Amino acid sequence: MNATIASLRTRALRFGQRLMHRPRIDLPLAIALLILACVGLITLYSASDLDAGVIGGQAARFLLGAILMIVISRIPPTLLRTWTPWFYAISTLLLLVVAALGEGRGANRWLDLHVVRFQPSEFLKLSMPMMIAWYLHPRQLPPGWKDIFVVGVLVAIPSWLIAHQPDLGTALLVAASGIFVLFLSGIAWWRVGLMLGALAGVAPVAWHFLHDYQRQRVLTFLHPENDPLGNGWHIIQSMIAVGSGGVFGKGWHHGTQSRLEFLPEHTTDFIFAVYSEEFGLIGVLLLLALYAFIVGRCLWIAANARDTYSRLLAGAIGMSFFVYVMVNGGMITGLLPVVGVPLPMISYGGTSAVTLLCGFGVLMSIHAHRKFVG
Amino acid sequence: MSPRTLKDTHGEVTRFGVRALTGFALIVLALAVLGGRFWFLQVMRHDEFSTRSLANSVHLRHLPPPRGLIYDRNGVLLADNVPAFRLDVVPEKIKHMDTMLARLSAVVPLSGDDIARFKQSLKQHRPFESVPLKFHLGEDEIDRFAVDAWKFPGVDVAPYLTRNYPFGPEFAHVIGYVARIDDKDAAHLDADRYAGTTHIGKTGIEKYYEDRLHGTPGYELVEVNADQRPQRVLERVAPKPGQNLYLSIDARIQKAAIDAFAGRPGAAVAIDPRNGEVLAMVTVPSFDPNLFVNGISQADYSTLLHDPDKPLLNRALRGGYPPGSTVKPFMGLAGLELGFRKPTDTVLSTGTFYIPGSSRGYRDDQRYGAGTVNLIQAITQSVNTYFYSLALSMGIDKMDAYLSKFGFGAETGIDLPAEGNGVLPSPEWKRKTWNQPWYAGETVIAGIGQGYWVVTPMQLAHAVAMLADAGVPHTPHLLRATRDGRDGPVVAMADPPEAPSAIKNPADFEAVRQGMIGVVNDPRGTAYVTGTGKGFPYVIAGKTGTAERFSRKGDEYITTKDKAFLAARHRAWFICFTPAESPRIAVAVVLEAGAWGGTDAAPIARKILDAWLAEQPASERPATLTASAASLDDAKAEAAQ
Repeated sequence: MNATIASLRTRALRFGQRLMHRPRIDLPLAIALLILACVGLITLYSASDLDAGVIGGQAARFLLGAILMIVISRIPPTLLRTWTPWFYAISTLLLLVVAALGEGRGANRWLDLHVVRFQPSEFLKLSMPMMIAWYLHPRQLPPGWKDIFVVGVLVAIPSWLIAHQPDLGTALLVAASGIFVLFLSGIAWWRVGLMLGALAGVAPVAWHFLHDYQRQRVLTFLHPENDPLGNGWHIIQSMIAVGSGGVFGKGWHHGTQSRLEFLPEHTTDFIFAVYSEEFGLIGVLLLLALYAFIVGRCLWIAANARDTYSRLLAGAIGMSFFVYVMVNGGMITGLLPVVGVPLPMISYGGTSAVTLLCGFGVLMSIHAHRKFVG
Repeated sequence: MSPRTLKDTHGEVTRFGVRALTGFALIVLALAVLGGRFWFLQVMRHDEFSTRSLANSVHLRHLPPPRGLIYDRNGVLLADNVPAFRLDVVPEKIKHMDTMLARLSAVVPLSGDDIARFKQSLKQHRPFESVPLKFHLGEDEIDRFAVDAWKFPGVDVAPYLTRNYPFGPEFAHVIGYVARIDDKDAAHLDADRYAGTTHIGKTGIEKYYEDRLHGTPGYELVEVNADQRPQRVLERVAPKPGQNLYLSIDARIQKAAIDAFAGRPGAAVAIDPRNGEVLAMVTVPSFDPNLFVNGISQADYSTLLHDPDKPLLNRALRGGYPPGSTVKPFMGLAGLELGFRKPTDTVLSTGTFYIPGSSRGYRDDQRYGAGTVNLIQAITQSVNTYFYSLALSMGIDKMDAYLSKFGFGAETGIDLPAEGNGVLPSPEWKRKTWNQPWYAGETVIAGIGQGYWVVTPMQLAHAVAMLADAGVPHTPHLLRATRDGRDGPVVAMADPPEAPSAIKNPADFEAVRQGMIGVVNDPRGTAYVTGTGKGFPYVIAGKTGTAERFSRKGDEYITTKDKAFLAARHRAWFICFTPAESPRIAVAVVLEAGAWGGTDAAPIARKILDAWLAEQPASERPATLTASAASLDDAKAEAAQ
């Protein structure tokens, strides 16, 4: 008995030592994420008009995400790969459940388990690239039409479900994360060209399947000034916030656009506008550089990954991360239509930060099990 | 592992490396585009967006200055500002103005006038500035709106200060009133000084001293949120209230004068002859100026407009009446001053006067004449013949030249707008007005204040005051002192510049004064019978006037004593000053429908004098009536000479 306890104690001790002395986390990535989290909290504190409760909640999410990240980083990629189909199947199933009985504000996105309330579509952000990587892992690469078709189906089913919630933004992000895997798998450029051409042909048809409010968003995006008090309001006020920030910004908590509530959703989807207003072009460029560094680091980790699955997954996670930044940044500057995509690690709430950190946990795990580590 | 998994791992890694690099290059390119977009917004279009951001969040709120208050000479408040509520509309927040107004009028009744004025002022405001829709809401209206307020975004109940005239009609023709700024006002107003101000002086003191009363507006830079709700005040410059005005009017004398008329149409003006201060200025009937402040209803306005007694007419200032016999003291003075008569010269009054070589007769008031009279008796008994003959001797030109020195035929220059200037008849005037030649007969009747003569009560009061002060003119005025704010020093207005006396020889004035003392105190005086001077501690010098409203047809005398009949034909005048030896008050009273000046107008003047006396400090009042009785006897003795 005593021996067992002693042995348990030594094992626990050794685990702890391993965690401390040989952290499996990638230090540059972790530091970059830490800086990002700090920037996020500082910005959010201002955007929420110094609401300590909001900051507490966000910090708690970051903490939960960090713990999950460290836990996931301990799981070898081979094990993750084994679980992948289940993970994909379960998250897709949850989407069906949401579709059947979900609740939400005009859109069925949330699943309320009384203890936690979450959006199953968030899971797909991770399980989608995992699934495609899992599928392509044993195949001959670059993939042929047959594999491309299978991937297409795997991408389409959950994306279609999410788009029907309706949450076009997330659907596009989820689809993109799967397609990035395909891209990284070395799919021939001519096939890429052919598919893009086909997509362009299908787009007018897709227009018919869009909801009115989705069409409106696209139209508003094209001509925001036509409707300055309706849908165009968001874009115009956001651009005013960004533009009035200038080179050096108005200073922290001096952004009038958000503080006086001209800027809608200023703690969530439009927080980048608050950041831009208060920290100016210099702050924006520094933040974009930080994002670029994180994406680059992800791709570097991917390039050094041990097997196909890890490589494709790590690359796709990194590129998806970039897409969030791009779509959100494009939205608040009026480059892209208004789609509800949060700015990674900065926007308040949701499962977004937790999902993101889980993704980085996968990356850490892949990094820890890279080629020359064995 | 199946044979299919025999993969080209090396090739795969290379291809991945290329793809990852390509991907990263595209990402960096995309981020560069995004960065470029930020540069475009934050550098290229920074100024534009800065302006819009500022316009978004900072609103300039005008703070209209509280209007200066108006007091009488004793500090009795005559025009006050009282808190009230109005409905304000922010036009840019209303999508369909007409629909909103229609729905709103179901909650708060809006008159067509309200809506018309509102639409007018919409044009004068920018869309984010609130425009008043309805003033002076009743309590029930505020309550009803409060219940339904949520249905009317952009419509608010706002507090403001509204003008209130506690004495109502008593001072309507002196102080005038303020009313909402209309198109005509807006055209010549300094938009900055009147930003946020809704009312402006339209008549009377309120109009004349608009500049002093208005004050200087302040402003507030208010940070507002997206709902336009003020968040905090960034900068505040307090408005400077308008000057408080102290008028020379004495509210108690004013009141007594109004009461003395007992509703009969007429006017009275009392002036301090020493400095031209107007002590009372009364027009009967009057109207309630409070009706006009927040927009008079069509019905009320129509009633006032069609009242046969014309309450809107400022009789004291603009009412034109033939002066009748009240010009006699001035005529007499002219005769002495110009050397046409000596005080001892007499005229035989037989009842009718004929121009030599003419058969047209001009009558005396006494049927068989007053006998032989000198100037003093001619004034005391109001003997027409004396003045007919005098007028004829003088000729119209000399008469005009002298009488115009007393302000006849011209505005007095009182500090009120729209003063009437009357008519001092002259050949030149007649030619200009009627393009007709002048006849000698017209000179004769001009000598007794008939014919083309028109004076305003203000003019006549001014002339009397000037006469009382031995011919020294003092422009009549109402503003006595000003005060900046409640705690500022009371600054007395400088008296109008001193001008030389119109009377060269004091003895000439003395003769006229004796005549006027006789009017009141000599048993033969036209105002003696009614006891105008009875029991008054000072000697009163006066003159009655009974002007005919129509030209007389035929030559027969009217012997009827029916006062109503006479009143329909006559305007009754009484002018006076007291104390006769050193006058401190001069009064002119006209009763539009009075039988005789002595019986109808003089008692009103006496009541004004009584009220004035009560206002005099005890030290300036004669201790007993004995002294006055003595002076009365002296006056009688003098008059008898």
